[in-house]
Amino acid sequence: MIFNEEFETLPREALEALQLKRLQQVVRRVYHTVGFYKNAFDEAGVTPDDIKTLDDIRKLPFTVKQDLRDNYPFGLFTVPMSNIVRLHASSGTTGKPTVVGYTQRDIETWSCLMARSLVAAGLTKNDVIHNAYGYGLFTGGLGVHYGVERLGASVIPMSGGSTKKQIMILQDFGPTAICCTPSYALYLAERGEEMGVDMRSLNLRVGIFGAEPWSEMMRQAIEEKLGIKALDIYGLSEIIGPGVAMECAEGRNGLHVFEDHFIVETINPATGEPVPNGEEGELVFTTLTKEAFPLIRYRTRDMSRLMAEPCRCGRTHMRMERVSGRSDDMLIIRGVNVFPSQIESVLLSIEGLEPHYELIVDRDGSLDTLEIHVEMSEDLFSDEIKTLQNIERRITKDIKDYLGVTAKVKLVGSKSLQRFEGKAQRVIDRRTL
Amino acid sequence: MKVEQISVFLENKPGGLEHVTRVLTDSNINIRALSLADTSDFGILRLILNDIDTAEKALQGEGFTMRRSHVVAVEIPDRPGGMHSISKILAEHNINVEYAYAFVERSGENAIIIFRFDDIDAGIDVLLKNGFTVLPGEKIYRL
Repeated sequence: MIFNEEFETLPREALEALQLKRLQQVVRRVYHTVGFYKNAFDEAGVTPDDIKTLDDIRKLPFTVKQDLRDNYPFGLFTVPMSNIVRLHASSGTTGKPTVVGYTQRDIETWSCLMARSLVAAGLTKNDVIHNAYGYGLFTGGLGVHYGVERLGASVIPMSGGSTKKQIMILQDFGPTAICCTPSYALYLAERGEEMGVDMRSLNLRVGIFGAEPWSEMMRQAIEEKLGIKALDIYGLSEIIGPGVAMECAEGRNGLHVFEDHFIVETINPATGEPVPNGEEGELVFTTLTKEAFPLIRYRTRDMSRLMAEPCRCGRTHMRMERVSGRSDDMLIIRGVNVFPSQIESVLLSIEGLEPHYELIVDRDGSLDTLEIHVEMSEDLFSDEIKTLQNIERRITKDIKDYLGVTAKVKLVGSKSLQRFEGKAQRVIDRRTL
Repeated sequence: MKVEQISVFLENKPGGLEHVTRVLTDSNINIRALSLADTSDFGILRLILNDIDTAEKALQGEGFTMRRSHVVAVEIPDRPGGMHSISKILAEHNINVEYAYAFVERSGENAIIIFRFDDIDAGIDVLLKNGFTVLPGEKIYRL
């Protein structure tokens, strides 16, 4: 099903004409209202009048996270504070957070995009949605919340944490869908099992997961443990929040980027050059309709591929592959590029292994070392040393075969690694460069 | 004829063993026999206890990864050649020993060897046919 049939199935030609018109408007607007953009465009020798075709977007300079920090907190807003009705901020693990603002119309746009996402997942106004994204400065909680209300479905505003209580609500309120990070979904399943709850027999049938990179194997693990269909949602606060792109239940192969509101590009993160569709690159977004805080060619650091082929669901919007990692999460180990998500896929392809792991990167002399701590599970444990050593060897070999790096694998006690209720932090880089 | 043992996964770091023995102490569990096998990264603590059910529950509550498994206890006279008499028979019958550990009975006359065979039933069969005393689990738990 499609929430906004007209715009989500616009023929490409009409869609691109709409994009160009909106791009020209937003470029003109930021150039004349935000000092940062005027300076950046002038420096790049480009004016709003140079945008004559969609491809001309490449003439515009990129915006990066540091630009948002430099203009902290409200320097990139294009409307006066009196027109702003909501502020959100990113977690800001390194230094100041980045702040985003919304006008009333932005909230309406965002709610509609989120409603589109829910419908793409097969939900209707008859569904009850357990929202375990954090409420607060993080866009996840309120973004989903407003989308559910816009659709007319019922929202349970759980927020994150209080896992026991979440499990009680899942049993008692019988929600049909759940929204949270994929790692929290697994954590919930695990805790539920420990509490003796049959997590597969809950009313849940759909899960919408996002806010961190995950893998196909992790999807299978979640689907099996919770007995649901798991779908991927993409968004980031800078662009609008959750609802920038959503996987459709019909296709389950890539996430439709809501192109009537955003232009998506992929670039080579090292050179900034465009990457053709189908090849991996860093996602770059331009917002077309946002009022308070438009962004031009914002570099997300998320790595993905774009797919222009039509989708069986009928949406004409281009799809992006599930984010495979972050260009700044990318580990370079002895010259080999490795994404934590790739290591996760290898681990999960081994029967009985659970996706609880930690990567420790260090340097021994001038040589990078990678150590992988993997949790022992009841299924895997044997009281014979050789069996356990075989598991370690198997992991080492698979990592070497698939990723080309040598890792030291260490089995650790079950549940000894930290569990994450928000975004998982699984890499410890001890190298001092 | 089999003895039930519990094996606990231990990370190779200080305090790991202490954690297990603390849990057992608090649950008033007596250890009948133990062996600690180790590699550079991890260890496996194998325990024969007077009350395996209580111990398992208590250790599970502390989040240990563990498994119950069966081993064979053989009683032999505690004198030179005692162990050899068993290993000779096992070798002759092509029984492979995964691991073994031993202790001397309280009276001091006999030793008890705990074996883990790759084929446990074949091992017991060979031992019995050759006149060895294979002790039932109950006897070990109550030693």
